[in-house]
Amino acid sequence: MQSIVEVKNLSKHYKNISAVDKLSFTVYEGDVYGFLGQNGAGKSTTIRMLLTLIQPTEGSINLFGLKLNAYRKEILQSIGAIIEKPDVYKYLSAYNNLKLFARMSGAHRTEKELLQQLDMVGLKERAHDKVHTFSQGMKQRLGIAIALIHNPRLIILDEPTNGLDPQGIADIRNLILHLSREMKKTLLVSSHLLNEMEQVATRLLIIDKGKKLVEGTTAELFDPSQILIELETLNNAEAFKLITNSNWQSALQPKRNNSLVLKIHRNIIPDFHVWLVQHNIKILSLQSRHSLEDYFLQVTSGEQHVAAFAN
Amino acid sequence: MWQLLQIELYKIFRRPRTYIAFGATAALITLMQFGLKVDGQEYADFMLQSLGSFDVQGKLLNGYMVCYILLQLLLVHVPLLVTLIAADMISGEANLGTLRLLLSKPYSRTSIILAKFFATCIYTLLLLIWVAILALFVSIFVFGTGDLFLMKTEYIVLIKQNDVFWRYCCAFGFAFVALITVASVGFFLSAFAENSIGPIVATMSIIILFTVLGTLNLPVFQTINPYLFTTHMVIWKEFFDEKVNVNNEAIAGSIQDMPQIIHSLIILSIYIIGLITATVWVMRKKDILS
Amino acid sequence: MREFEKLKMKYILKALFLLFTIHFSLFTFSQDATELVNKVKDKLDKVNDYTATGILRTDVAFIKAPVSKVIVYYKKPDHFRLQKNGGISILPKGGVSVNMRTVISTNNFTALDAGDAVINNVKTKVIKLLPNDENSDVVLSTLYIDEANLLILKAITTTRENGTYEITMHYGKYSEYGLPGKVVFSFDAKNYKLPKGITLDFDEEKPADMERLKNKKGKVEIDYSSYIINKGVDDSVFK
Repeated sequence: MQSIVEVKNLSKHYKNISAVDKLSFTVYEGDVYGFLGQNGAGKSTTIRMLLTLIQPTEGSINLFGLKLNAYRKEILQSIGAIIEKPDVYKYLSAYNNLKLFARMSGAHRTEKELLQQLDMVGLKERAHDKVHTFSQGMKQRLGIAIALIHNPRLIILDEPTNGLDPQGIADIRNLILHLSREMKKTLLVSSHLLNEMEQVATRLLIIDKGKKLVEGTTAELFDPSQILIELETLNNAEAFKLITNSNWQSALQPKRNNSLVLKIHRNIIPDFHVWLVQHNIKILSLQSRHSLEDYFLQVTSGEQHVAAFAN
Repeated sequence: MWQLLQIELYKIFRRPRTYIAFGATAALITLMQFGLKVDGQEYADFMLQSLGSFDVQGKLLNGYMVCYILLQLLLVHVPLLVTLIAADMISGEANLGTLRLLLSKPYSRTSIILAKFFATCIYTLLLLIWVAILALFVSIFVFGTGDLFLMKTEYIVLIKQNDVFWRYCCAFGFAFVALITVASVGFFLSAFAENSIGPIVATMSIIILFTVLGTLNLPVFQTINPYLFTTHMVIWKEFFDEKVNVNNEAIAGSIQDMPQIIHSLIILSIYIIGLITATVWVMRKKDILS
Repeated sequence: MREFEKLKMKYILKALFLLFTIHFSLFTFSQDATELVNKVKDKLDKVNDYTATGILRTDVAFIKAPVSKVIVYYKKPDHFRLQKNGGISILPKGGVSVNMRTVISTNNFTALDAGDAVINNVKTKVIKLLPNDENSDVVLSTLYIDEANLLILKAITTTRENGTYEITMHYGKYSEYGLPGKVVFSFDAKNYKLPKGITLDFDEEKPADMERLKNKKGKVEIDYSSYIINKGVDDSVFK
């Protein structure tokens, strides 16, 4: 598989802050690469370095197998991007914006092609309206049309669902899947929402404070042996005592929010449930979640690890 | 480069703001022409009072004279309008959020910045042509032509009717360089800001400050005066000063102080080249965070 | 007698376009002087009107004016106009046209014989004229008259408002009408300094040539190339 993006030891330091710190990752052809991290984790800085908007302090970036510094023009011709907000020229119409950026990207498109592109993102009816009359969702769709107009190999979407309503978010999700599956594009999508990424990404990278935390395929990261169970009962202290004295003891995790937490394989959750009932534990709730999510939430929400359950 | 320039021009002339400058200039010039048409004779008489023992006959307030009066006023006005566009060229895109999109396109930053600068130059040129049409040609149409009678602080210059037009052509050419200098200042400051208000205000402040420094006859400022671009912006007037022969007769087609004009053009050019080089340098190194 | 005085003065002034005065105590009244002035006047009276073309030269330190063609119109008794092909001309006040009006308003003068003088190798009679009207702008006038040809070669006028002027006249083929071929008007040019801002010149301007500007003597010259005499001049020209 060809690597489309290959980042090695990439760092960006501002005076006292490291926005990105020795970050390395690889995006392969056909990936929908989820780039996860909370706000300020360094996602945007990394993406801007990929687009030559920010000069790295150190490290190397290769795109399509070429050095970014040396083949800037060729590389950028093959990238379509929306960076943060999809800002365009508000005093121009959607059509004229698209036409202008097509030319800027080195692609000369006919009127028909431009209108087709606008049709694809559902803006054909508003093609000749000035952008300042558009809603956030419409601007986002126009941004996507602009990002795709020159038929790029790599599409970079930075927080594409920001500021969108649920329908807009669903539209973006479907679009990403369409681009990946039907149009065989490689995508690098950044987000601070794991559940969103989980639904579209083939591979994931989680960063925090500019550093890589985890990287891997979604299948690897969503490992069924790494399921966490959150258990809430009428009498947690009694339940805790029971579990510590049983074979389940080894699965016990630090407590959170008045719930007992256990890490067990997905397949044995029913057995655990039956065992609890047999021991007359009054269950209020039993929830499972991926350890990745747990991990991500801990990191991204800044939650402290709760001390081991003790009472 | 040509493609980028076209795109930049397209953006400039698609913006309503651009036409404000043309509208404002037209309004101001028309207003002044109307005022001079109605009350111009009083103004001319008032001017002549200081001539005391001389009697001036002929049509003083002709199109050439009106144009000269207008140009002196526009010297304050037009740089402001040029600044409005020039100081917005980079910062405006940063503010709009399009700068990051623009600079992530497959063109070098140098060519994008230069295209923006040349587009600014073309805008300035068109504005100046507009001014020339209104201030010179419309004035000639409304007031007619005639000899140009100029009262300078120390002396009077009378230029024959058929010796005036080429001087205006040269003066407009010079004014173009002067305005590009203003544009360069605005353009340079534009590279540092993420909205256009800052660089516009800063550019105007610099022009005002330099002008004030130039006007104050304090020795401490006199030493820096020759290096201020504002000192050289007004040198277009030198095209309207003639040489005289030994009999004190004005020599048609002559310019009193051509070396001064050339000197000023060189200084202004140094400003332009320096500022644009600096802008390109800053932008090439700059991290785009907007 | 009073009527006669009035008439006499009118003639003189019409002929010269000038005003004159003098410290009358220094000179004696002369019948000859009056007669001579009258003769000159009679000669000039032959001209009812004329249209002359000429070249105007201005030599004033603080005026940079090009040499230019002018047309001069005259019509009896006191209409005078210098036209510069639709252009602008700068002339000293009291010099060529303005004094005509002054002539009309004051007409009460006394002519005195002040001896002889030689102007351009021509022997001339010097006549001093002074206004009887104390409020007259003209304080004193001196005329140098070529008695043989009845031509005024030189005139010096001192006025209250506009200083002293000297007019020298050179005659050519139109001398029979008493019309000069060349007129040189010399005067003390008052210091010229324009208040700042009046021409909207906000910047400091350096004078082109400081030394030149120190020269306070001014000179305006008209070189007449041709006269069309007594062929009629339309009154509209003088409006």
